[in-house]
Amino acid sequence: MAEVVADKFIDIASEVCPMSFVLTKLALDELEDGQVLELVCQGGDPVRNISIQLKDEGHMIVSVKKEPDGNFRLKVRKSG
Amino acid sequence: MVTTKKKLKISVDHNLEERTIKRIEVNAEVSGKKPTGKINFAELRAGGFIKQRQKDKFTVRLKCPGGSLTLDRLKTIVAATEKFGGGQLHLSTRQSMEILHVDYHNFGPLVDMLKESGQDVASCGPRVRVPNACGGCEYNPNGITDTQKMAEVVDKKFFGLRTPHKFKVSFSGCPHDCIHGTSADLGFIGGVWPVWEETSCTGCTICASACAEGAIESHPESGKPIFKAEKCLYCDDCVRACPTNSWTAGKTGHSLRVGGHHGRHPVNSAMVARFLTDEEAEAAIGATIAWYQKAGEGKGRIRLGNLLMQEGQMESYREALADAIGPEKLVEGIERPHKITIGR
Repeated sequence: MAEVVADKFIDIASEVCPMSFVLTKLALDELEDGQVLELVCQGGDPVRNISIQLKDEGHMIVSVKKEPDGNFRLKVRKSG
Repeated sequence: MVTTKKKLKISVDHNLEERTIKRIEVNAEVSGKKPTGKINFAELRAGGFIKQRQKDKFTVRLKCPGGSLTLDRLKTIVAATEKFGGGQLHLSTRQSMEILHVDYHNFGPLVDMLKESGQDVASCGPRVRVPNACGGCEYNPNGITDTQKMAEVVDKKFFGLRTPHKFKVSFSGCPHDCIHGTSADLGFIGGVWPVWEETSCTGCTICASACAEGAIESHPESGKPIFKAEKCLYCDDCVRACPTNSWTAGKTGHSLRVGGHHGRHPVNSAMVARFLTDEEAEAAIGATIAWYQKAGEGKGRIRLGNLLMQEGQMESYREALADAIGPEKLVEGIERPHKITIGR
């Protein structure tokens, strides 16, 4: 499968809730429907919460990669 | 008159106690005060009127099932407090609103004013109390079950029923159990049994990272989940975090804990059933109250948990519960409520 190209990138690995989600939301605000946000966050609670929140709001997580340092790199297609 | 009063104090049968009180003449003395004759004793007994330290003053506890309140009721409470209270409200430890500093002569007009907006006074004493609930699945991100709806069900169907001692029901929407089901007479806790489907799974490992219990490990090569059911707390995190919906909810429902209470001698409740539907939860509450009324008869003011700690009682209770919700819903192995040791 071809690599999804991101339209914007944010690193929120040093952030905690609720800033991690607020920054993600603000980044998505700058994109059009269908565009892709790439983000890096910590594993555990952060990746769980961000995944759940993005799904709850109807966006689609199209790619997930676990980094060697334990962080997660997600690509999210904006929807609505 | 003196003998009647004496009887009241030593009576352990609250039904008898209540009937006796209804017969007291209106000009009888209560707590050394002369009532005006307008006080409904039955209402006073059932309702949440709590004597304060201050002369003639009572705290009036209002019924807010699940901690919810409409704006109409809130406005009326504010107006009634301005008129009859001391300009201050208190949020009770069990989610109810309390009007402070009410002179007992004003009970009648206060209750009438509140009733106009549908606001009732809560209960105290040996009976089914106002149910507690968290936000539940409506808006709380962790909520699995509709706890607010269940609080309404309890309020409508069971509130105020006589029991040997106080009887508190609580509903938590997820295993965080924010509403303390472990220390309620009946504690319902929402849960999901997760089911995994392999073909849609990309092996992204989010589920393993999301699981706070270590119940999901990732296969070292494929990244696909290895589920350790014995560690699962049924929190639904894997289902909700999975980007491809490979984890889904196999079963959803309420776990049931029984026999907990706080107080001077706190008792941790015991898990008795899992994945009850709303209807089964309601049937379980009815069956528990009926069993408690019968098994506690003649035993005085005994909390459900203390009763269930007695020999043979948990076995008898589980039979009654199985009759109501089916034996397959009961957890295997008999767990009993147990005392929590606290320092002096």
